[in-house]
Amino acid sequence: MIPRQQFALGTLARSVALGAAAVSMLAFATPVSADTLRVVKHSALRVLDPIMTTAYMSRNHGYMIYDTLFALDENMEAQPQMVDSWTVSDDGLEYRFTLREGLMFHDGAPVTGEDVAASIARWGERDAMGQLLMSFVAEMGQDADDANVFVMTLTEPYGLVIDSLAKPSSNVPFIMPARLAANTPSTEQVPEQIGSGPFRWVEAEFQPGVIAVYERNPDYVPRDEEPSWASGGKVVHVDRVEWIVMPDDQTKLNALLAGEIDYWEDASADLLPILQADPDIEVANLNALGYQTIMRPNALHPPFDDARIRRAAILSVHQQDVMDAMIGNPDLYMLCPAMFVCGTPLEASVGGEALVEGNGQDEARALLAEAGYDGTPVVLMHPTDVSTLRTQPVVVAQAMRDAGFTVDLQAMDWQTLVGRRANQAPPAEGGWNMFITNWVGADVFNPIVNNMVGGQGPDGGWFGWPEDAPLEELRLAFAKAPSLEEQQQIAEQIQAHVYEQGYYAPIGQYFVMTGWRSDLEGVLDGPAPFFWNIRRAD
Amino acid sequence: MLGYILQRILAAIPVMGFVALIVFLLLRLTPGDPAAILAGDAATPEQIARIRAQMGLDDPLWVQFFSWIGGMLRGDFGVSLLSGTPVLQMIASRMEPTISLAVTTITLSVIIAVPLGVIAAWKQGTLIDRFVMLLSVVGFSVPVFVIGYVMISFFAMELRWFPVQGFRSISQGLGPFLERITLPTLTLTLLYVALIARITRTSMLEILNEDYIRTAHAKGLSETRVLMRHALRNCSVPIITVIGIGFALIISGVVVTESVFNLPGLGRLTVDAVLARDYPVIQAVILLASLVYVVVNLLIDIAYVLLDPRIRYR
Repeated sequence: MIPRQQFALGTLARSVALGAAAVSMLAFATPVSADTLRVVKHSALRVLDPIMTTAYMSRNHGYMIYDTLFALDENMEAQPQMVDSWTVSDDGLEYRFTLREGLMFHDGAPVTGEDVAASIARWGERDAMGQLLMSFVAEMGQDADDANVFVMTLTEPYGLVIDSLAKPSSNVPFIMPARLAANTPSTEQVPEQIGSGPFRWVEAEFQPGVIAVYERNPDYVPRDEEPSWASGGKVVHVDRVEWIVMPDDQTKLNALLAGEIDYWEDASADLLPILQADPDIEVANLNALGYQTIMRPNALHPPFDDARIRRAAILSVHQQDVMDAMIGNPDLYMLCPAMFVCGTPLEASVGGEALVEGNGQDEARALLAEAGYDGTPVVLMHPTDVSTLRTQPVVVAQAMRDAGFTVDLQAMDWQTLVGRRANQAPPAEGGWNMFITNWVGADVFNPIVNNMVGGQGPDGGWFGWPEDAPLEELRLAFAKAPSLEEQQQIAEQIQAHVYEQGYYAPIGQYFVMTGWRSDLEGVLDGPAPFFWNIRRAD
Repeated sequence: MLGYILQRILAAIPVMGFVALIVFLLLRLTPGDPAAILAGDAATPEQIARIRAQMGLDDPLWVQFFSWIGGMLRGDFGVSLLSGTPVLQMIASRMEPTISLAVTTITLSVIIAVPLGVIAAWKQGTLIDRFVMLLSVVGFSVPVFVIGYVMISFFAMELRWFPVQGFRSISQGLGPFLERITLPTLTLTLLYVALIARITRTSMLEILNEDYIRTAHAKGLSETRVLMRHALRNCSVPIITVIGIGFALIISGVVVTESVFNLPGLGRLTVDAVLARDYPVIQAVILLASLVYVVVNLLIDIAYVLLDPRIRYR
């Protein structure tokens, strides 16, 4: 005979099991189409205009629905994308771009030279590389006789026209309809999501902070070449891509392991061993240039209004310490003094040797003594809510203290930092002395896109605001340099100068791994995540 | 009764107005700049200033406040500063997961907790009572995210009975809805069972020592009748209060549970909006939470009147 309690427990257990089984039998009603790619990105998509903002999620959104005139391949060489052919006049002043046949916006309108001109003009208002390009442009527009031709006339020869149009990261010169580009200021968001790219935006299913949905653009005509980074044939093999927002790393891991998602863009470093141990998961670094983490002093206020003290702060830091604390796994970082990123044609070590060797403390102390540093506290902003930014300030602060600095490490959330760093007032009045941030390698890989090597000062310069006319001349010389060799030479001069003046320093280069279900084939690498070329294995 | 309800609704208006003012001022005093967030990392201060002007964020505070209040009175809660999506639409899309979780959690908790509390009080000092109290301590002590991860690990990853995450609207079918709401419900239920069972037990113990209970026993009424008719009904006021407050707490956001199970509810909307300094969204969500508390309190008070004749006659 079964005792009463045991019977009751057994009944309870059976009831729970039956209930769960019933629920899981009902669950068959939620299949996900094999043609849907379910992706978890590094953040939520909120701003839908990749020209108005430099946010990476907006850039990624741009790559889905828009196309570009040119795009970089894996050798970092610009390749035509929307452009079929182009000519440059003998004097180097006139560029004529003929668009590929059959290019069409998602609203059915053909892409014309007028659309290109309006889009490039809007991008040129907002982007640093675009602004420089525009400073050389006398006029641009659609060819009078052929709507498929876009003509750009320069005031003087400029070596970076094609490189500018192939800019791979924020802001990317995406092409949108003239009716939107010409009528929307670059400080406002475009009211419609109409591009000519390989995916179409599904407005009805967009929930900011929850999900963004794209469907295959059946009218897209891909190029014939093999895809390479953002260049080549953008052939879409899935019907639909869902960008699902998940705030919790453990949930992302579980969802990927359980097959509820297909792709996790920024797999958390401490969870990688679990992913790597699962035969159904592939893990790889898809962005060879990785990320650069940097320290940026404010040149407007003491003590960093003195170049020797800025330089002392940089010399005090050892990249190894920063990377060990921040990343830990040596496979996921490298020590790199190159301002224009290790692994690019402009890689150089000049001026940054001490950062890698970790032997700059003595020189830092000597510089502080020479400059008569009086112990003025350095307000170092410390964002504690972003996992990739919360460690470096602690390490840098300690290194600077070891060299003799007084450091006021002020904890705050990232958005407070973002608001405060725009304040040019002294630290005592709400300003600051130093902050640390990270950049995608493609955003800093030459002196034109790298905001930290500018010398425009408080009017127009990037946060930190050093004013340095010779540096601006060097950047201009880089822009006009006709060959890669000359560009490399000038980039090295710029790097040496910036280190000497202590305007900024890279304090490590690190990599973020991506995980995806192993039934996916054709996952592309590049400076941004791309979702064409991916197919599900049979 | 109708007059009482009307009086309470009128009294809620100045409360809501006060909340609106405080929320507005606190947000403007909080460091951070939505324009800088919107512009992105590479923007220069000039570009940020232009965006700020475009959004009206450099208007005087009183202009911004009255513009917001005026909009609300016309039923326009504004748009998200970041996505441009109407705030009401954002809130509406996040209501269903949160309300679903609140309803399933509170319903299940009441079904389990009230009988447990009654039995624990009835069998005070026995093994059953100790078990209920142990359950209560565990429910209070173990963090919700730990319970959530254990649930996912066992029921979703090991047994594969449920999916790991996500939400499906009940309009997409009862199966998909239950499939995804079950684990978060069970997770939160443990906490609320602990709370409600403990309150029920304590209230019952007080009532069971009253003279009229002894009288009921002396009259020869059955144990069930005494417990259900005479004891439970008389201790329902504190239980209803806890249930009401519990419901309001879930509605105003259970961020951890929503994050662990990836439920797109109001809690996550609030946190995201705060981190992004999306003023119109934060203001609207906090006002909504305040309204929920006001309404729940009103309903609790009405329930008091219905359940306790002494209040009715006062």
